[in-house]
Parts: sequence; C-alpha cells; structure tokens
Amino acid sequence: MNTNASYSLSRFLIHLFFTVVSIATVLPFLLVVAVSLTDEKALTERGYQFIPSDFSLNAYRYMLDSPDILFRAYGVTILITVAGTLVSLLVTAMTAYVVSRRDYRYNRITTFYVFFTMLFSGGLVPSYILITQYLHLKDNLLALILPILLSPFNIMVLKGFLSKLPIEVVESAKIDGAKELGIFFKIILPLSTPALATLGLLISFAYWNEWFNAMLYIDDPNKVPLQLLLVRTLNSIEFITTNSEFAQQLGIDLSDFPNNSARMAIAVLAGGPMLVIFPFFQRFFVKGLTVGSLKG
Amino acid sequence: MLDEPVTKTHSQVGGRREPAARTEKKKSALRRELSHLRKNRELFLLSLPGILYKLIFAYLPMVGLLIAFKNYRYDLGIFGSKWVGLDNFKFLFTTDTAWRITRNTVLYNVGYMLITTVAALLFAVLLNEIRAKWTRFYQTALFLPHFLSWVLVGYIAYAFLNHSDGFINRMLISLGMEPISWYQDSGPWPYILILVHLWKAIGFTTLIYFAGIMGISGDYYEAARIDGATKTQMALKITVPLLTPLIIIMLILSVGSMFRGDFGLHYFIPNNSGFLYASTDIIDTYVYRALREVGNVSMSAAVGFYQSVVGFVLVLLANGIVRRINPDHSMW
Repeated sequence: MNTNASYSLSRFLIHLFFTVVSIATVLPFLLVVAVSLTDEKALTERGYQFIPSDFSLNAYRYMLDSPDILFRAYGVTILITVAGTLVSLLVTAMTAYVVSRRDYRYNRITTFYVFFTMLFSGGLVPSYILITQYLHLKDNLLALILPILLSPFNIMVLKGFLSKLPIEVVESAKIDGAKELGIFFKIILPLSTPALATLGLLISFAYWNEWFNAMLYIDDPNKVPLQLLLVRTLNSIEFITTNSEFAQQLGIDLSDFPNNSARMAIAVLAGGPMLVIFPFFQRFFVKGLTVGSLKG
Repeated sequence: MLDEPVTKTHSQVGGRREPAARTEKKKSALRRELSHLRKNRELFLLSLPGILYKLIFAYLPMVGLLIAFKNYRYDLGIFGSKWVGLDNFKFLFTTDTAWRITRNTVLYNVGYMLITTVAALLFAVLLNEIRAKWTRFYQTALFLPHFLSWVLVGYIAYAFLNHSDGFINRMLISLGMEPISWYQDSGPWPYILILVHLWKAIGFTTLIYFAGIMGISGDYYEAARIDGATKTQMALKITVPLLTPLIIIMLILSVGSMFRGDFGLHYFIPNNSGFLYASTDIIDTYVYRALREVGNVSMSAAVGFYQSVVGFVLVLLANGIVRRINPDHSMW
C-alpha cells in the first residue's frame, strides 16, 4: 500500500510539473494574440496584457480592409514552398537512391562528395556573391528556392531508408529487363512514399519558414514572402507608416494607425494558420529522424 | 576481353617492354573505368543533378573563400580584385571584435547544448513514467514553439520586453519596481537567450530522447523490477547508459557546429539592437551586418573564412576523439 501511495504521489507530481511547463510554453503565444485583439488606446494606457482590457478587432479590420500585401506574401510563400518542395524531393531522392546502391561503383565517392559539404562550406559571403554577381538572382524567387534545395542531411536520412529496401527488388526488375531509370521511377519511388511524405513535410516546413535568403536577396516589394514581411514589420513598424504604397493601399490616416496591435495582428495572420496545421503532422517530424540512421 | 590481343601486339612491337606495358595497364584501367561508367550511366545520370547542384552551390563558394585575402570590389569580381594578404584579418584581430564574437558564439553554444540536453533527458525520463495519452498531450504543447520561425519568436519576445508597453515592464511597474530598458541593457541577455532557446528547442530534443527510450527493450526494466530496483535506479542505471550513444551523437553534432551560431535567435530576439552587441553578437550576426549593413565585403569574408576553417577543424577533432573512444559512435 505504502509503495502504491508514493507511486501515485510521484505520478501526480510529474503531471503537475508538466502541466506547469506546458502552460508556461503556450502562454507566450496567447500574449501576442491578446495584444492583437486589444484596443490601441488601452495598449498605451495599460500596456500589453494577457486579457484584453478593451476588446477590439480594429487591427484586423485595418489589415483585412486591403489585404493585398498579405495575400501577395502568402502567394509568394506558397509558390516557393510547393515548387521548392517538389524539386527538392525529386533531387534528394535521386541522389539518395544512387548513394544507397551498394553495388554502384561510385557510391562511396558520391557520398563523400555530398557529405563533405555538411562539414565544410564557403560561408555566407562567397554564396552571396555567387548568387548576386554571377547567377544574377537578386529579386528572383529562385534565390529563395535554390540555396536550400539539397540538404546533405536529408540525403543521408533518405539513404538510410532506401538501403533497407531489399536489393532483390532491383535485381529481379533488372532480370525482367527494366532499366535503372525505370526501376527508380516505377519501383523505388512508389516504395518509398512513406519516407518521401515525411521528408516532404520537413522540406516544406523549411521553405515555409525561410527568411534568411529573403533578407539577403529580395528587395522588390512584389516578391516579399511572408517571413520577410514579418521581418520588416518587426524591425520597424515604420515600414508600414513610411511605406507609402502600404499606407495608400490600406487607405488609412496614419496618425490613427493602430501601431502595436496591428504589428501583432500581422504576426497572427502570417504565423497563425501554419501553427494550427503543422502540429497535426507532429509525429512525422519525429519520424523524419528515425526513417534512417545517420550512419549508413 | 577485347583488350588482350591488342596488348600483345603492342608489347611485341615495342622494343622497350616495360613502359609500354605500364601505359597499357593505365589505358586498360581507364577503359575499365569507362566501361563501368557506361554500365552504370543511368545511375550516374540520376546523381548528376545533385552533383552539379553541389558543385555550383557548395564547391564554387569554397573557391570564393579567396575573397578573404583580397580587397573585393564588385566591379572587378573575385579574380580581378587585388590581393591584400592578411590585411582583412589584421583589423579583426587587433580590435577585440574577434575575441568577443568567438567567445559569445562558443559559450552560447555550449550553454544551449548542456542545458537543453540535461532538461530534455529529464523530461524524456519523466514522460516515460506516465500514460501514453498524457505523454502525447504534453509533447504537443512542448513542441509548439518548434513550428515558429525565429521572426515570430521575435514578436513574442517584443511583446514581453518592449520598453513602454511590454508585459514585463508593466508588471514591474505595477509591483512598484523600476522598468528595465531590455533592448539597451546587455546584462540580462545571456539568460534571456538561453531561456528562449530552451523554450524553442526543448520539445524537439525531448522527442528525440523519448524516441530513444521507446527503443530500449522492456526486458531490462522487467529484470530490474524483479531485482527490486526503484524507478530512479532504473532511470540512472538503465535508461541513461543505454541512451549514451544517442547523447554522444547529439553532442558531436553540436561540437561540430560550435562555431556556427544561431543567427535567427541572436538577430531577432535582441531585435538587432546595437546596445546589446557585447552580450548578443555572434560570428553569424557579425558577418551578416558587415556584409549587408556596413557593406564591407572583405572584412565579412575574413570573418567567414575564420568561421569555416575553425568550424571544420572542430568537426574533425570531435569525430577523431569519438572514434578513439568508441569507433561505433563516430560519424565516419
């Protein structure tokens, strides 16, 4: 009995611990939402609070009255996410399949060639000069897709999965007269759908949350993806108040503009939807680590 | 098969036998290589896009490291710009900049690594003690910050820290205390950054270790229970030792990237405030500013060169050490 009681007590303490930690983890999100829903005057009077003292949808009304900028940013982000993920998945799968074939004479050297780029890199400046001066991709959406197209880590993960496929599959297909390309596209790709789905999710997540390359390469307001819109708004709310295009589009009297709440409203509108969608796929994020071990 | 007769005629014709034979050997090796390639041409073709991509986007920039030794001018290009030897590095190491950003980068990474690993191990062990339904619930909550980009985390930090209206300062005022100029006072930033990093990374790292615990055979615990071991003993004597390979892999990965700082964390959470550089600036943010805000390409390239080379040495060292201790755990 005694051990039972201490057992349930320790369980209770564990639950208490995780309840407190979970609440502490989630609360910060709520502050942003609460601020976006508070009247601007109340914000300057009482500061940011978890419970809006004066509930108001003004910030969202301002944003959604002329939502062009936000919609365009969504458009750019969706475009680079879809295009980037498809191309990235294909190239990753092709490379990973080749290095997973133990009977392929150049598999070790190809693996080294890919893996080495994970250990040593030219760094920011040479890449920046390559993309702006030699490839002329400034203000080109390709500059958002290409730099993160092929991650050695993803290749290694997929390689781990592919090397577990029985080699007999390939051999028997060869006996039936299939060519390597045919084997890859008609047999290997369909067989690896689960791994590809997981990897595709990780890649699309990376594209969706990409801001670094956008900061480096995108100036054209028409090509600003969501995350860059957020960067600019965070760095200075003056981006909105001094960007005449934005102000005109919003058709607002700037003196009356809800600075604080609008800033948080942009954060909610830009970050909210994915924060609701991604957690549904949480288990795939874990699976991404276990589909293959790093050491092939 | 076709090679043989040809070889024979050649060695018969050639008076000096050996060199001819050697070139023949070379030739046939080359031919064998080519025939291998021909046989595997479709596999090679499949890997070609990846190879070309890495050539352009990973190997060409390595050549660009030369910029660190040049006075780079956009109009002259990499090869047209003048060589300046180590001049770009001189500035860096005569001021205290190099020391400051190196210290910050390494110390923060060590701090993040230790605190996150210990906390995640603890969380994972505790989660293992409660029912799966609840585990999943807590994991989802802990995992939420992982889905945010650093930019969005910047908004959250701003909502708390903003000087005039931020949540913390208003709380301080209502408690009768002085508000703190968070974005101007560099003192508290090491704690803030470590807390924010822990908040964002703990869910993911816990999941990694939890998955590791799930992979441990139940037999061990069964045997321990029969022997009358307590839960704490099981955690310390079974779970942690069996997780060691995983912990080591995670540690090497982070030692290897000790010189690569988390740009997003150190750029957006302090809101790139100049007052805070003493305690928030890391190599990555410095390189970015030198390139994009100051516009000094050569200086930026010099710091980048330093980061690439030392980072590479660290990876080799880390792997070498691990291989010496236990070859099974090394990455190659």
